[in-house]
Amino acid sequence: MASLKAYIVTRALLVIPTILILLTLVFFILRILPGDPIAAMVGQKVPPEVVEKLREEAGLNKPLLIQYFEYLFNIARGDFGKSMIWGKRPVIDEIMIRFPATLELTIFGFALSVLIGVITGAIAAFRRGSKVDASMRIYSIVAYTLFIPWFGMLLQMIFGVYFRLLPIGGRITPGSEPNTMTSLYVLDSILTLNFNALADSLSHIFLPALTLGIVLSGAYTRLLRNNLIDVLSQDFIVAYRARGVKERKVVKHAMKNAFIPVITLMGLQFAILLAGAVLTETTFSWPGMGTFLLERIQYRDYTSVQGAIVFYALFVALISLVVDIVYALLDPRIRY
Amino acid sequence: MEVKNLATTIFRIPEVEGRWMVMSGLAIVCIVLIMAIFAPLIAPYDPTKSSGEILEAPSMKHLMGTDNLGRDIFSRIIYGSRVVLMVVFSASLVSMSIGVPIGLISGYFGGKLDRAISMLMDSMYAFPSLILAIAIAAVLGPSVVNAVVAISVVYVPTYFRMIRGQTLSLKSRLFVEAAKAIGAKDTRIMGRYILPNIVTTVVVVFSLSVADAILTEAGLSFLGFIVTAPTPDWGFELSAGRPYLPAGYWWMITFPGLMVMLLSLGFALIGEGLSEIYAPGRER
Repeated sequence: MASLKAYIVTRALLVIPTILILLTLVFFILRILPGDPIAAMVGQKVPPEVVEKLREEAGLNKPLLIQYFEYLFNIARGDFGKSMIWGKRPVIDEIMIRFPATLELTIFGFALSVLIGVITGAIAAFRRGSKVDASMRIYSIVAYTLFIPWFGMLLQMIFGVYFRLLPIGGRITPGSEPNTMTSLYVLDSILTLNFNALADSLSHIFLPALTLGIVLSGAYTRLLRNNLIDVLSQDFIVAYRARGVKERKVVKHAMKNAFIPVITLMGLQFAILLAGAVLTETTFSWPGMGTFLLERIQYRDYTSVQGAIVFYALFVALISLVVDIVYALLDPRIRY
Repeated sequence: MEVKNLATTIFRIPEVEGRWMVMSGLAIVCIVLIMAIFAPLIAPYDPTKSSGEILEAPSMKHLMGTDNLGRDIFSRIIYGSRVVLMVVFSASLVSMSIGVPIGLISGYFGGKLDRAISMLMDSMYAFPSLILAIAIAAVLGPSVVNAVVAISVVYVPTYFRMIRGQTLSLKSRLFVEAAKAIGAKDTRIMGRYILPNIVTTVVVVFSLSVADAILTEAGLSFLGFIVTAPTPDWGFELSAGRPYLPAGYWWMITFPGLMVMLLSLGFALIGEGLSEIYAPGRER
């Protein structure tokens, strides 16, 4: 176990350079790319004095190197600056209002993608070479090429407009929010035993999560199919079957062994999940980080835009750390 | 020579499944290319002018119906293919011509430079591509050229990672060692010995990253970062049709989105098919 602890500590320390690179990248994109971010965002019709004032507010009139260190230092303190519109609220507060919505959507989308992918992949593997297998293979490619807003709108059209079964936008019917503890409405509804809110929030999250889930499931379908076929041809499975072990048990063992690479894929898919969530949120008017980012780009709120992107970067680094640790816990071969 | 190899592989090798994928992918891509090139001849109406009642359902007169301004959707889709193809092809060519040489040099020479570049590329790769593209497009402002810049930056790491990996495994092979032993220069080894061996990888990565870039382009366009009205672009059409969806006007979004999927699928099939043909045994 000592080596596991050492691994986790080393891996956690490695997050620091990753975060530094990501933050530098964000800084580079927002400040050093040709053009003045404030001028580009505000447009040409604004008088130069106003642009100058906005630059000052965002701290963009100082030398670049000083800006860079101030930027890093402030992020380290958890200070993402103040929004440049309305109440000039701290950006981090605004993000904390929006982030739970994205987290909830991505958790459900992720769970559905793994569920759909594992089921379709297993079906394909156990019926290898059949028509079912071939159609699952086509599914795995087609699912990936679905354009999220389009697929989301098709689902809205079928379930929301035609059958009128499910709402086509928003997180919950206004007024029926559960008493909040985690700001994850589904979880809060369960914790407070508020079943109306639970049904309502589930009906709202179903279509967006299904959209994300199906689009991301293709990769799991294919990976699980190929792994499972590999495992099923290995000696221990042949030996099980030869000894007359029940097929259900054989399946269980095969699935367990085929599942480890799927966990790696979960980590790799995370970036795609977040990018997909931006489009899903826009399509379903989901009040999360993606809609926050786009709304603030429209309002020319430079500090909020920077804050949102920095937050995404930190989130990505954190998740990759978690994935690596989980992977190490599951597979004892991975140690430094 | 490589092109000829590619052609013989596609037409002669009895790898039924891979070939089927490549052929159907090529068919889709060719149809869209023809649409884009001969748009004025194919499109029945002017894509930017009203040619009928508003929100007319699909009929013989308007195959895909008309939009909220009475413009023919079929004509808009045909002209829209021009923007998608232009943005995606130019962006992919830019990322390829940056990513391939850097990957080659980084993998070939190794050392500290390689580690530094790899770390940067891995970080970029880990970051959600669409969000990165949105950030760049937001700073540069919405335009077709800026969209090309944003999308090309996003796909550089994809080429870099694949080419670096290939170069690493090729550089320890005997024929490279032999070239070194007879005193070939580094540039010659990279250009004449390693590059020809990674051409197929580049072709596969190109098709797959174009398939992905089409979705990124459509996403950026949907979010309003590429074209402004009245220019037709598939992703953009969806955002225009979105307000009319609750009233049941399905044709404004169904057809443009279908085209995005088909074009992306075309390139994905080419890429997947080729990688199956070139890496047999991976598929069972």
